[in-house]
Amino acid sequence: MKNVLAIYEKEMKSYFVSPIAYVVLTVFLVISGYFFYNILSIFIERSMFAMMQSSQYGGPPPSIDVPALVTRNFFGVTSTVILFMLPMITMAVFADEKRRGTMELLMTSPITNLQVVLGKFLASLSFFVVMLIPTMLYMGLVVAYSTPRMPLGPLLSGYLGLLLLGGSLIALGVFISSLTENQIVAASITFGAFLILWVIDLSARSGGSTLQEVLSYLSVLNHFEDFAKGVIDTSSVLVYSSFIFFGLFLTYRSVESLRWRQ
Amino acid sequence: MIEVDHLTKRYGSVRAVENINFQVEKGEILGFLGPNGAGKTTTMRILTGFLPATEGTARICGFDVFEKPLEVKRRIGYLPEHPPLYTEMTVDSYLDFVAKIKGVDAAERKKRMEEVKSRVSIGEYSRTMVKNLSKGFKQRLGLAQALIHDPEVLILDEPTIGLDPNQIMEVRQLIKSLSGSHTIILSTHILPEVSMTCQRVVIISQGRIVAVDTPENLTRQHQGAEKVHLEVRGPESIVKEKIREIDGVLRIESTRLEGDGAFAFSVETELKKDIRSKIARKVVENGYDLLELRAMTMSLEEVFLQLTTKEEGVRGQ
Repeated sequence: MKNVLAIYEKEMKSYFVSPIAYVVLTVFLVISGYFFYNILSIFIERSMFAMMQSSQYGGPPPSIDVPALVTRNFFGVTSTVILFMLPMITMAVFADEKRRGTMELLMTSPITNLQVVLGKFLASLSFFVVMLIPTMLYMGLVVAYSTPRMPLGPLLSGYLGLLLLGGSLIALGVFISSLTENQIVAASITFGAFLILWVIDLSARSGGSTLQEVLSYLSVLNHFEDFAKGVIDTSSVLVYSSFIFFGLFLTYRSVESLRWRQ
Repeated sequence: MIEVDHLTKRYGSVRAVENINFQVEKGEILGFLGPNGAGKTTTMRILTGFLPATEGTARICGFDVFEKPLEVKRRIGYLPEHPPLYTEMTVDSYLDFVAKIKGVDAAERKKRMEEVKSRVSIGEYSRTMVKNLSKGFKQRLGLAQALIHDPEVLILDEPTIGLDPNQIMEVRQLIKSLSGSHTIILSTHILPEVSMTCQRVVIISQGRIVAVDTPENLTRQHQGAEKVHLEVRGPESIVKEKIREIDGVLRIESTRLEGDGAFAFSVETELKKDIRSKIARKVVENGYDLLELRAMTMSLEEVFLQLTTKEEGVRGQ
């Protein structure tokens, strides 16, 4: 545990001394802020319009749940935006150590490869959490200005979903980073892999054949929708957990095999 | 302390090291000498547990490097050829990190860090970013990193490479000062380094050990003969004749020197027979001018060349 913590601390420090971290944080904030503003204004406009209509023609007041729609759509957009951001977080994780030759230091120190992999994974995940923290401000605004006060449940499940989805993507990205010593190569392959996951998800949703059903069940992004709606489905949690576990297992094997491939 | 037994490493069909055997006693400095690509780094990487051996075993402090890697890693400090540094860290935070992963107790960490920093005299750069250090200081930081957990065994891969002459002397002195309390293996392709720092030398060439001995013995054994260089003004053939009369002279060669009838003679004599005074007397008695006379011992450099190139040729004949 002490060793995992040592690696974790070192990784966190190295994130915040590199310009990449700040660039990623800023770009993510700008994009997510822009989307939040857009989503918010669209739904406010729509509800105003519906309200005007019902007061003009009589009838019951419109049943548009603006806070729920805003948070759900915001989580949906965020889950797509992170596909573009996470490769930049994971690309250096192992590739840079291999390029610098510091992998030799880690591998000749009295720590296990599993500890290295876990420390690095947890650090990347924490950086992702740091990325998400400012978006809680947006959600706070929605909660503060909603009457009746919107329930916090969907927000919690949404963030849990983002954490699980992000964890899965990071596990995959870290694995890809362990395969090369070139950060750009790692980032490109990771980005490509994420896009394929995304495309599989889109095509899986459209069809009804057995294959597509299987695909849609396996699609990491698809499972996120429930979380955004405020539903925590055990099977989805299980899919994400096994994805993370599998990714970390592959990373571990890949790091183990480094000494045989030298 | 270190036992290497029939160690072989192959990459596919390429043999990096072949059937290597040697032992290092506690407190000894062993030099690993060989040209580039001889298998020095491979052997060291196997000893540190970074690479697995194809065949054979290596034991450090009684622990097999393959079976008990963590026990071995706890007991060795390793400086790879390129010091493994995180350039975006400060010297202090780098050493702190290494101390943590090497398992130095939190209570002792500060003390150990100060100790190694003063040992490699890098103290005044504690807050400097590693990337702003000069090459020499990076190398020292690499050494500090290897020493931080006070390991019993030190494995140093080309510790003086890329340093300027002053720094080289400092690092060599540092290594010497570590012997006794530490068992050290260092690799190098610079010969004087071995004769200056090591008690024993393993000469390795093309993955095989060609000689193991003390630097002095190696020089003596592979010399075969001692040489005396002298310069005399006088008739070439007569001087040759006269010197040949002396007991113990094996061979004599001469070359004409520039100037008024002076010749240089290179006299090979039997081992451990110092006949310089006899030669001097002979020349002077015969009325010739003795301009220069000095004994030449073969340097380790020549021994090395003989072992790694010449003997290879002899074996092939």
